[in-house]
Amino acid sequence: MLTISNLTATVGDKQILNGISLTVRAGEVHAIMGPNGSGKSTLAQVIAGHPGYEVTGGSITYDGKDLLEMEPEERAHAGVFLAFQYPIEIPGVSNAYFLRTAYNEVRKSRGEPEVDPMDFLDVMAEKLKVVEMDEAMLQRSVNTGFSGGEKKRNEILQMAVLEPKLAILDETDSGLDIDALRIVADGVNKLRRPDRATIVVTHYQRLLNYIVPDFVHVLAGGRIVKSGGKELALELEAKGYDWLVGEPTGATA
Amino acid sequence: MSTMDVRETPLLRQWSEPADSAGWLRALRTRAVASVEQHGFPTPRNEDWHFTNPAPITEASLEPMQPAAGALTEAEVARVAISPAGWARLVFVNGRHAPHLSHVGQLPDGVRLMSLASALLEEPTLVEQHLGRVARFEEQAFAFTALNTAFMQDGVFLSVPANVTVETPIHLVFITDARGNGGMAHPRNLFVIGQHARATVVEQYATTAGGTYLTNTVTEAVIGDGATLTHHKLQREGRDAFHVGHIESTLGRDAHYVSFAFATGAALARSNIYTTLAGAGCGATLNGLYMLDGTQVSDHQTRIEHAEPNCYSREHYKGVLDDASHGVFNGKVYVHAIAQKTDGKQTNNTLLLSPEARIDTKPQLEIFADDVKCTHGATVGQLDDRMAFYLKSRGIGAAAARQLLTYAFAADVLETIELEPLREALEREALERFVR
Repeated sequence: MLTISNLTATVGDKQILNGISLTVRAGEVHAIMGPNGSGKSTLAQVIAGHPGYEVTGGSITYDGKDLLEMEPEERAHAGVFLAFQYPIEIPGVSNAYFLRTAYNEVRKSRGEPEVDPMDFLDVMAEKLKVVEMDEAMLQRSVNTGFSGGEKKRNEILQMAVLEPKLAILDETDSGLDIDALRIVADGVNKLRRPDRATIVVTHYQRLLNYIVPDFVHVLAGGRIVKSGGKELALELEAKGYDWLVGEPTGATA
Repeated sequence: MSTMDVRETPLLRQWSEPADSAGWLRALRTRAVASVEQHGFPTPRNEDWHFTNPAPITEASLEPMQPAAGALTEAEVARVAISPAGWARLVFVNGRHAPHLSHVGQLPDGVRLMSLASALLEEPTLVEQHLGRVARFEEQAFAFTALNTAFMQDGVFLSVPANVTVETPIHLVFITDARGNGGMAHPRNLFVIGQHARATVVEQYATTAGGTYLTNTVTEAVIGDGATLTHHKLQREGRDAFHVGHIESTLGRDAHYVSFAFATGAALARSNIYTTLAGAGCGATLNGLYMLDGTQVSDHQTRIEHAEPNCYSREHYKGVLDDASHGVFNGKVYVHAIAQKTDGKQTNNTLLLSPEARIDTKPQLEIFADDVKCTHGATVGQLDDRMAFYLKSRGIGAAAARQLLTYAFAADVLETIELEPLREALEREALERFVR
């Protein structure tokens, strides 16, 4: 589904990604772990098409297409979804209007008819259950005045509405208490399908108790320094990251 | 400037004294003409007109619009006027009352809603008591108000007696049609709101045909003790038109004036909203939204005069400027020495959608009392890149994201409009305005 080859990227004149190679197949869950500043979030943002990062080398192929040639909205239409580490507040746009607009834009791109506000309420009723959210959240402006937990749940709600093929969760667990973590993880698990894949970017092993990965990759200094199965996460939890930093392997899954 | 010179300015050339005026009205007109002759029209050297040069108007050859023969249809009015069934509506075409397009319906006993021309005959005492006494005109900055006073023939007269609440919104529609091209109209409105009375007015300027014309309008409002006037102005003139509007109100004790100014029209527009808080404990809320594109120029000037203690003023104006449009906002707050415990807040936010768009924003606080709370703030910004990326990452394309974020910017000030059908209509318009 996703093939990243020798990807390098900069922000300003600072090189953040130093040759990442990674293959994700349908049905798989990949965890990307690593210390702060290792490039985890940059990788997530580059896949989503953030204009603040410049890709200086390598390639990303998604479903046979050159992902780097696609606009962020085209990536979303093709089924790529990034759950933001810091979801953006948009005062003045109701969550309901935002979600319906996004839903319809994705439908339009697939040649499907748009859904009117009444029918969309039926869609939402089911999606809200996935993240145990109250309907009142739909009337509020997007993320505006939301607590940290509400913002993360709102990300998963968007994911439930858009049903992406490739979901990237960027530190979705950070700042969550254990109840909110469970709700978010349950939501992600409910959306898993054999034809979909998930990349979980996290600093902590905790989330991986709930979203169990097939592969774990350790990022340090902008490259993957170690890859393994889910047991690697436990090893990292016990030993920290220090023993891996400075041990480049260029591993792929 | 000599009399001869000023008579040569095209705008005053057509003036002749109407033969049928009452003596007081003749005197008022004569004073107005004398004021224009003495001061002339403002130029950018006049501080109040520093950012907006009225020369395109004052140098234009515009003839007074002739009374329309009543050719406009209900359907043509419906296309430009937001007025749901049930609103009282007075329509004016090319400055003259159009009775066949107006329907006032049932208003509470004692409420007088009619054309100013009728009121001069039916309510001469009330009209004489207030007309020309609220809106100042004897300065160069107010030459257009003087011009209106010299030429005025028609407009709206509204009188609400004490303790009466008019639930029905009153919609005043001033339309310029194809026959107004090359002309100028001087609508003149007077609202007298009695003690503890309440009324809601929508004053709208529109065109069915476009063309180059001038609407030079003046509205005076006298708001009695404990009364509330909610007053919306919609300026949607044609893209080649000139609009100069002056609204001035004076408030009694514990009265409230709630104003919303919405402007999307005209090539060159100037809109003054002046209010004097002349009774203790009264207050004014002045909000507005202007959305411009192309080479439109739109200038909003507000002046809030705190003349008594314990009064409040709240002011929030927003502008969305695209292409090479030019917005001006000048918010004056004048606090007299006696006006202790004044509570004033003013905000002006501008969204620039294009590098060629320009805003001149100027808060102007003059405070002569020592125990007051007055704040002001202005921001000028562009669309937020982070917000745009967030929307795009959810599949919302660049054009739709721009539209949504522009709407979001405008929405919070539109939300202050309590008249729901109007708010919804303006929200729709704001959403559709920047579709590309």
